[in-house]
Amino acid sequence: MTALLELDRVEKIYPYFALRDVSLTLEAGQIMGFVGPNGAGKSTTIRIAMGLVTHDSGSVRLAGYPMPAEQARAKRDVAFVSEDVGLHSFATVGWHIDWVSSLFPAWDERYAATLLRRFNLHPAKRIKALSHGERVKVLLLLALARRPRLLVLDEPTSGLDPVARHEVLAELMTVLEDERRGILFSSHNTQDVEQISDRIAFIDRGRVIDLSDKEVFLDRWRRLHVEVPDGAAVPQLPGVIDVDRSGRIATVTANGFSADIPAAFCSAGIVVHEVQRMTLEEIFVATVMASRKEQDA
Amino acid sequence: MHSKLTISQADPRPMYQQLMEQIRRRIAVGDWVPGQEIPSIRALAASTRVSVITIKRAYLELEREGLIVTRQGRGTFVADNVDLCRDLQTRELDEHLARAASIGAELGMSAEMLARRLREIAEKEDEKGR
Repeated sequence: MTALLELDRVEKIYPYFALRDVSLTLEAGQIMGFVGPNGAGKSTTIRIAMGLVTHDSGSVRLAGYPMPAEQARAKRDVAFVSEDVGLHSFATVGWHIDWVSSLFPAWDERYAATLLRRFNLHPAKRIKALSHGERVKVLLLLALARRPRLLVLDEPTSGLDPVARHEVLAELMTVLEDERRGILFSSHNTQDVEQISDRIAFIDRGRVIDLSDKEVFLDRWRRLHVEVPDGAAVPQLPGVIDVDRSGRIATVTANGFSADIPAAFCSAGIVVHEVQRMTLEEIFVATVMASRKEQDA
Repeated sequence: MHSKLTISQADPRPMYQQLMEQIRRRIAVGDWVPGQEIPSIRALAASTRVSVITIKRAYLELEREGLIVTRQGRGTFVADNVDLCRDLQTRELDEHLARAASIGAELGMSAEMLARRLREIAEKEDEKGR
């Protein structure tokens, strides 16, 4: 089966920002979460994938088609949701539904009606009378009811209240009941990403700094609280990326954790008091910090 | 039967372990009976709002424990031969012990050290009981 999205060594140079060597693949049946600080290049990458921005080098295949050359064909199978995808503020919700449904033969009228109810949207309402959350839901409805193979969402949950976020995530998960479909979404809400993603890519300063299965991410990382007696030194170990020591107490961050690490500490005379798992947010921050330290060195 | 499992952000255990425990409980109380088909990975992912890879992992581990079986192309079922309550309680105990063993290993403790620790704790509990 062909991948839904394939970026291979994509580069794009701007005067004050550069996207470098971005490679990632999204297979059918998966959700990929794309996480990065503001200005890291998430939106640029997504826009390149969608053919809205042309890349300087590298290759992009969307739904199997080379981009941007065959974007018209690719986009039949792909829906893109972003805050700046225009809704006409003086037109109604119903007008938008009629318009989008006329463009896409695969439009699912019943599903659109279900979503209207579920999201509590009213067809007669004008866009300008909607709240931010309702606008996001309209965009999502317009994308979902097309039943695209690939859904690309730029910050779909940002600015949503907890209830709306919950509704949106629930709707996204139903997409994945069909294993031929997939979702790429960017977010800096690591909690959402941790919950629904199968694969996670971290991006910072225009580079993908880590990319892996979520479970692998969560399994690899640990934080150890250790006590270093006078005279003992913390050994340099593979898989340990940071040792933060103050007095006899040290906090050790490992990105390649195995039982060998505490064992090695013990034989160096160091007492391991606690080994903690880390949340995706902590892992993300540690990854960004380590990557910046390396770059700045 | 299309039941919802829940994930708590306040629970320090990984999500797949939270799911495993809830599934075990469903089988233990008889909501899911031996031989019964349980939701597909994708259906459960959708209803729980948790990624497919996480549900897959929970199912895989439960399969390893012998609690559920996947028949290629037909679905996933509660194993026929689970001797419910007793078996599940033993399993739960084993799970706790396995967790203790892995924490012990992370702390660099040998199996003997762990066993000694366990004996001490058991004796203390015993005294409390008297």
